[in-house]
Amino acid sequence: MKYEVVIGLEIHLELQTSSKLFCGCSTIFGREPNSNCCPICLGLPGSLPVFNRRAIELAVAAALALNSDVQEKSRFDRKNYFYPDLPKAYQISQYDQPLARGGYLQIEVDCASRIINLERVHLEEEAGKLIHSSESIMGSDYSLVDYNRAGIPLLEIVTAPDITSGREARLFLDDLRSVLLYSGASDCKMEEGSLRCDANISLRPAGSDELGTRAEVKNMNSFRAVELALNYEAGRQEEILAAGGTVIQETCHWDEERKKTIPLRSKEGSSDYRYFPEPDLLPLVLESTFIEEISAALPELPPARRKRLKEQYGLDASEAALFTFNRSLGDFFEAAAARYNQYANLAKWVQGDLLYYLRESGKNVEEVEPQKFVDLLTLLDKGDINRPVAKELLSEIVLSGTSPQKMIRDKGLGRISGDEQLLPIVEKVIAENPDAIENYRQGKEKAMAFLVGRVMALTGGRADPGEANKLLKEKISRK
Amino acid sequence: MAIDFSKEVDYVARLARLTLDSEEKELMAGQLSDILDTARRIQELDTTAVEPTSHVVNLPAVLREDVTMPSLTLNRVLQNAPRRQKQFFRVPSIAGLNSEEVEE
Repeated sequence: MKYEVVIGLEIHLELQTSSKLFCGCSTIFGREPNSNCCPICLGLPGSLPVFNRRAIELAVAAALALNSDVQEKSRFDRKNYFYPDLPKAYQISQYDQPLARGGYLQIEVDCASRIINLERVHLEEEAGKLIHSSESIMGSDYSLVDYNRAGIPLLEIVTAPDITSGREARLFLDDLRSVLLYSGASDCKMEEGSLRCDANISLRPAGSDELGTRAEVKNMNSFRAVELALNYEAGRQEEILAAGGTVIQETCHWDEERKKTIPLRSKEGSSDYRYFPEPDLLPLVLESTFIEEISAALPELPPARRKRLKEQYGLDASEAALFTFNRSLGDFFEAAAARYNQYANLAKWVQGDLLYYLRESGKNVEEVEPQKFVDLLTLLDKGDINRPVAKELLSEIVLSGTSPQKMIRDKGLGRISGDEQLLPIVEKVIAENPDAIENYRQGKEKAMAFLVGRVMALTGGRADPGEANKLLKEKISRK
Repeated sequence: MAIDFSKEVDYVARLARLTLDSEEKELMAGQLSDILDTARRIQELDTTAVEPTSHVVNLPAVLREDVTMPSLTLNRVLQNAPRRQKQFFRVPSIAGLNSEEVEE
């Protein structure tokens, strides 16, 4: 039997605020353990949470960017469970009245457009961080707890079971991350844990409408790991089903070392969080003007930008994707394109040599002035400099920001051409290579290539080979 | 109505990590029964014209500006910790907590 894979993702995102969701403690990453804690985020008796306006704004911005329907009224609930990463023994989260409902993200898979629907977007507080005494949770005698992270605003995004492969999950996450970065909600650093992803995955007979028994996969630390883990888990479930077995609903950890999913003993589905309305918080009511203002302030978002880049500049899919994912590079391209209309050539230089020199020098593209870059390409187009010189100058523009015109003057890098500059060199080459001249006169075209090569060598590559060729032929035939 | 709530009491006690002896369980079962009876009586009221609320105060939440405030000193943070190790709270193994998870 043929099976199809059904995947839903749950993404957690730390919002980029200065202070925590319910208190004034700093959210800075990497501080001394337990140094950003106060009675509120430690859950001490008598403390009361108060909403951070910026967290709400960023959550709304992210939800709007994901086409999710932001609710004018939403509610916060207590999710009760015993785990020492929560000092209060409950997490303030949202349950049946989330911040935003529905939504979708349009992604591109193999040049075809796909819509991945969202169930909901809600806001909750981040938990603390546990450090286990041995490598695995199971083998540890004790754990150490750092509550610096506890109370950081966390956005949860839940997709519908619309994703059909590990690869599609990765592509979705790439696009999701891009949209979230554009929205300004988060820095989306997976390596610092500000973006995390869990997955639900099940198999069903191809064409069936019913969902099979799912497994939840956790502990995937990169988008690549998500793809690998889901592919592995799909294969594992298929083997079970093909052998006539049944998949057990369970939670697995992705083991990055062994490239396997490892089932955990406890069963997530059996948890009873006993949600109830958080009595310490009043309902969150958002004026429609508040939502509209945030909506109006959103920048052009990646799916729209990608489409526009193709239409406006005639870029191909990979160029449009690069200038969308790499936002600052895209901004640079567009700033340069406003001054230079050879878009294909511009795109080629930006994604090729410019990107190369940026990586080599460790500079940011924001440090490069688009005008100097455009000046360089214009000098090259006019034939004032040749390609090797252009590359050398670009490297220098990236490094020091010196204008190309100045460098050409200072270093004498301009093109050597005309009767005054190039002709004497041509004459010198003719005088020094009588054998080649003779060969050429006898019809050997290769001899001309050799002579042009000599002119190029003597000019340090700064002559135009075509002009050298023309002058050589004129001089030789006149003799 | 003499419904036996001992199962429910066991379940809730396990979720709340409470150890109850048989006398306490019996007491709780009776109280749980009374609470549910009261709730049942309230549910008999006609509330079709009443907007549902989740809070006794019918006001929207207040928002504060995103400004950092000084946190507590490390010694104050850890002052009530049953065990501490350097700057950390030290807690018993998590594995044990996981396997205790209640199953329906």
